Amino acid sequence: MTPSGLELQGLRKSYGTHVVVDDVSLRVPAGEFVCFLGPSGCGKTTLLRMIAGLETPTSGRLLLDGMDLTAAPAHQRNFAMVFQALALFPFLTVEENIAYSLRLRNVARQERQRRVRELLELIKLADCGARRVDQLSGGQRQRVAIARALAQEPMLFLLDEPLSALDAKLRDHMQIELRLLQQKLNLTTILVTHDQREAMTLADSIVVMADGAVQQIGSPADIYRRPANRFVAGFIGQCNLLQAEVLDSHHLDVWGRVIEVESIPGGLVKGTAVTFSIRPEDIRILPAGTQAPDTVPGRVSFAREVGERVELRIDCNGREIIGAASPADWAALGSSSGSVAVQLRASAGTILTC
Amino acid sequence: MLTAGRAQIALWLAWPSIALVGTVAIPFLLLLRISLAAPDPSGLWKSVLTLDAYGALLNREFAGALLYSLGVALLVATITVALGFPLTYLITRMKRRPQVVWLVFLLVSLSLSDVLNAFSWQLLLSKRGGLTGLLVLLGIMSRPESLTPSNGAVWASLVYGILPFTVMTLYPSLSQLAPEVVEAARTLGASPLRAFRTVVIPMTRQPILAAFVISTVVTLGAYVSPLVLGRPQSWTLAVLIGNAALAGHDVPRAAAMSVCLLGAVGLLGAATVWITRQRPAR
Repeated sequence: MTPSGLELQGLRKSYGTHVVVDDVSLRVPAGEFVCFLGPSGCGKTTLLRMIAGLETPTSGRLLLDGMDLTAAPAHQRNFAMVFQALALFPFLTVEENIAYSLRLRNVARQERQRRVRELLELIKLADCGARRVDQLSGGQRQRVAIARALAQEPMLFLLDEPLSALDAKLRDHMQIELRLLQQKLNLTTILVTHDQREAMTLADSIVVMADGAVQQIGSPADIYRRPANRFVAGFIGQCNLLQAEVLDSHHLDVWGRVIEVESIPGGLVKGTAVTFSIRPEDIRILPAGTQAPDTVPGRVSFAREVGERVELRIDCNGREIIGAASPADWAALGSSSGSVAVQLRASAGTILTC
Repeated sequence: MLTAGRAQIALWLAWPSIALVGTVAIPFLLLLRISLAAPDPSGLWKSVLTLDAYGALLNREFAGALLYSLGVALLVATITVALGFPLTYLITRMKRRPQVVWLVFLLVSLSLSDVLNAFSWQLLLSKRGGLTGLLVLLGIMSRPESLTPSNGAVWASLVYGILPFTVMTLYPSLSQLAPEVVEAARTLGASPLRAFRTVVIPMTRQPILAAFVISTVVTLGAYVSPLVLGRPQSWTLAVLIGNAALAGHDVPRAAAMSVCLLGAVGLLGAATVWITRQRPAR
C-alpha cells in the first residue's frame, strides 16, 4: 500500500463531562509538516499525546497508511516524540541516549555505532558523543533529543513545543534547522506550538485549535489571508474585526460606509450582521479629506516606528483601527498626529460570519 | 578572651559536634570499654582490662550466628526493596488524594510497636488464626496447623515492619521522577516493564541503595520478631546479645557481640559508599 499518511477520524478525549479534544478529524499527508496551533489549554498537546499513544482516546480512530492504530500501545507505533522538557536520560551519555531505541530493537553493535555517528553528524555534534547530557547547552540538548527520536526511523515525527525553552535567536535558528532536517529526511511531522510565527515558518499546513476543536486547517498563507472565523483572524497576527451588515450581494455596510465587495458568502441575506476582518498592512492611510466611498476619516492617536514599518493606532470617531504604513508613505503624509483618511479596501478583507 | 556573646555563638556552632559526641561517641566508647571488662556476677562488670569476652566469641557458633543475622538482614532488605519499590512507584503515579491516604496509612503502621507487630503475626499465623483458616478453606493446607515458630514468620513480620521505612526513603526521589522521561522511553519503543527497568531503576539507583542499607540495618537490630516468631536456632544476633546480657548476666560478652555487630554494619556502610562511587553521580 502506498503511504497515505496519518488520518484522524472523530478523535475525542473527555474526562467526565470535561471535553478536552472534541471530534477532531484531519489528514496529514505523508512527508508533510503540520503544526497544531492554538492558545494554551486548547487541547493541542492532548491531541498529540493521543497520536503518540500516551493518551487513550475516548472515541474515534487513528489510521496510519490505512492501518488502524487506535488500540496500539505507544511502544509499538514507532512514532518518535520530542517533549517540551526534552526528557533526555540523564544517566546516559549523548551516544547512549541516541542509541537507546536501537538497543531496544537489538540492532547489532556495529550498525548501532554507525547510525549514532551518522545522527551525531546530522545534528552537528560529532565530537560530543561521549559527553554527559548535563554538559551540553540548551540548543545542543535540543538537537540530541531530536536525534534520539530520529534514530528509530519513525513513521511519524511528533514534537511538543520543543523550542519554547530556547531564547529567541536560538529558537529562530533551530526552526530553520528543523525544517531543513524534515525536508531532507522527508518525514511526516506534527509540531505543537502556541507561537504563530513558529507555525508560519515551519508548516506546510496549520491546524488552528481552540476549546478542543479544530477552527481551521490550511496553508500558512490561507490561514493568514482567509481566516475561517473571528477566532482565527484574531489569533493569527494582528487584525481589525469590524462590525458590518450585509446590504446586498455585493455591498456591505461598515460603520455607516458602503463598501463594495467581490461577493458575499452564500446564504447571507440583507440585514445579516457579519464581521469585516482586515489586516493592519491591508489598510491604506491616505491624506485627510480624500474622498472615496470606502474611506473613513480618523486621527492618528499613536504611532511607532519598528524598523521596516510604522505601526499606527487610528481613532475613527471613537472606534480604534490598527494600521501600518511604510516609513516612506508615512513621511509623505507629513504629519505624525494629524487627521488622515483610512481606506478599508474590500478586496483585502474577509467577511466572517462567526 | 571570649566575651559572653562570643561564647554563646561558639556554643551554638559547637552544638552539632557536641550532639554527635554525646549521642554516638560516648555510648560507643562505653560499649567498647565494657566489652574489654570481665563479667561480675554480683554487678554489671568488673573494671579490669581483658580480651576474654572477645576470645570467647572466637568459635563457629558465634561466626555462624553473625553470618546468619547478616543473611537474614540482606534477605529481608531484598524482599522489602523488591516489594517497596514498585509500591512506591505506583503511589507516586496516583492522584494527590489517594497518595496522601496511602502515605498516612503507611505512617500509621510505622507507629505500631515491634511487640504489637510480632504478636499480631503470631496470632495471625496461629492454629486458630485467620490465615491458616483461609489456607484450609482454599485447600492449600489439609488441616489447621500453627505456622509459628518458623523462619517464614520472622521474615514476614520483619518485612511488614520495615516496608514503611522503605517507602518513605524511596518516595521523595520517585515522586520527582518526571513522567516524560518514562513516556520518552515508551515512544522510543520500550514496553512499560522495559521502560521501568531501563529508565526508572537506573535513575533511582542511589535511593534504592539507601533503602536497601536502611532495611538491612533495621533488620540487624530486630529483637522481638525473631524472639517471638522464630525457633532458637533462627535467633538473630540481637536476640543472642539480649540473652547474654539479661539471662546470662554476662554484660561484657553482650558488649563484645555488639561491637562485632557494629563492625559488620560499618563494613556494610563502607561497601555501600564504595559501590556508589563506582558509578558517576546520577
